[in-house]
Amino acid sequence: MLRITDIAKTFNRGTVNEKVAIADLSLTLNDGDFVTVIGSNGAGKSTLLNAIAGTWLTDSGSIMIDDIDITRLPEYKRAKYIGRVFQDPLMGTAADMWIEENLALASRRGERRRLLPGITRSERAEYAEMLKPLNLGLENRLTSKVGLLSGGQRQALTLLMATIKKPRLLLLDEHTAALDPATADKVLKLTDELVSKDSLTTLMITHNMQDAIDYGNRLIMMNEGRIILDIAGEEKKQLTKQQLIDRFNALSDQKLESDDVLLS
Amino acid sequence: MTLSSLLARLPGGIAIGILYGIMALGIYITFRVLKVSDLTVDGSFATGGAVSVMLMLAGVNTWISLLCAFAVGLLCGTVTGLLHTRLNIPIILSSILVQIGLYSVNLRIMQGSALKSISVDKYNLLINVRFVSKTILIGALISLVLIIILYWYFGTEQGSSIRATGNNSAMAKSNGINTATTTLIGLALCNGVVAFAGGLMSQYQGFSDVNQGRGAIVTGLAAIIIGEVLCDIFFKKGSSFWLRLTFVILGGIIYYLIMVLILWLRVDSNDLKLFTAIIVAIFLAIPNFRKGAAE
Repeated sequence: MLRITDIAKTFNRGTVNEKVAIADLSLTLNDGDFVTVIGSNGAGKSTLLNAIAGTWLTDSGSIMIDDIDITRLPEYKRAKYIGRVFQDPLMGTAADMWIEENLALASRRGERRRLLPGITRSERAEYAEMLKPLNLGLENRLTSKVGLLSGGQRQALTLLMATIKKPRLLLLDEHTAALDPATADKVLKLTDELVSKDSLTTLMITHNMQDAIDYGNRLIMMNEGRIILDIAGEEKKQLTKQQLIDRFNALSDQKLESDDVLLS
Repeated sequence: MTLSSLLARLPGGIAIGILYGIMALGIYITFRVLKVSDLTVDGSFATGGAVSVMLMLAGVNTWISLLCAFAVGLLCGTVTGLLHTRLNIPIILSSILVQIGLYSVNLRIMQGSALKSISVDKYNLLINVRFVSKTILIGALISLVLIIILYWYFGTEQGSSIRATGNNSAMAKSNGINTATTTLIGLALCNGVVAFAGGLMSQYQGFSDVNQGRGAIVTGLAAIIIGEVLCDIFFKKGSSFWLRLTFVILGGIIYYLIMVLILWLRVDSNDLKLFTAIIVAIFLAIPNFRKGAAE
């Protein structure tokens, strides 16, 4: 479904700040894979997601979604296939626009923006139905500005927006990291529901090892711009935190006593 | 400096204020919707006047001359937009470049003279200082139509995507919006409306002036901000888009009436720009004062 072949990305090439963020990375996701991504700070997790989303172009390699080569496509064109939730709850929504307007914008992802009404009556009813299961009361606040919502509410809304058009690929970049633990847990459960409802192919970065183990059917660990561990199926189900730490220590030069270093 | 002389000047002040309000509706698109500062308007306001007057002198119908001013304004904004989106020059800088360049273009349009008169007796002017009450009526009607069009447009898919771009370009891109295109459209529309207003202003004055656009951005900001402060006072927060646009027109009127008042107080007209700057600074600060008081 997603096929990444030998991509590389170096920032600030030729300067003292040169940083190889991704080095010859290849990754293939199967249809319906829900992959959690862990790795220490600077391991290249976000860089990988940005490379796929098209925040900038990679230096080399290719990225295919289904049979479409998206390697050179600008971000807004890739959005046709990709739904995305950022770490910062402020980034995924337009604060000065209403809840329903945000949803309407998202439901036209990948389509031409015409001179037709930006939102129709039937859409409003649809959105209210979609928001009800969140139990956040947002269905009664369709014409509230998103800027008035809490971080958790905004992230839940962003999640809904990212999945409203059933993307071929869902990218979640530590989307619960900025939330308090209880809210983070809620948003994560909602993520799991939305992903399994449509069996969306998903890449989810998390700073929490336990979440990486509990969610998804496959786990990859990154270090210094490479994937150093790829665990799926039965093996992942049996995985414990301690095993993960041991395997990380065996594979990298860094020593981990706990999952501290994997935080963020 | 009698009261009656002040009262006598009010209608003319209202007429010019409405025209500035119409110009400010254009600036609203960039300043408030796209949230960028587009200084092209200082050039395109004069361009609109020049195009409209020269076409009418050549025998073109009044309305068609105004539509051409609008079209040329679209073009001015497009140039700024292309400099920004294709060559990555910051908007503020690319708009200054276009503004400066337009000065020469405007002189070319006016065949080398800095001032081109158009006689109200010989030409069928839509509005003029000679018939102020008709000007106010027509100005109000044009404002109404423009507000309806803008209200409709920014509710469409395309208009919403421009709003999203100004609000959060990362969000816009990740939802498949080509933010370069939306920015370009916004800049074009802004200058289209501004040039259209420039055409109206020339007809009102009976001449087009190459310096007509000097300070247009500041006047536009004054109208927008005075309008917003008043709108917040009367309707609190959360007023709808069409109401805010209406208050931009009112802001234009109030701004110019303050100018009339200052002139009536026998202030040297050379100092008028200084007063404009001070008034805009005061109104820019008011929302912050109110916030500070609330905290």
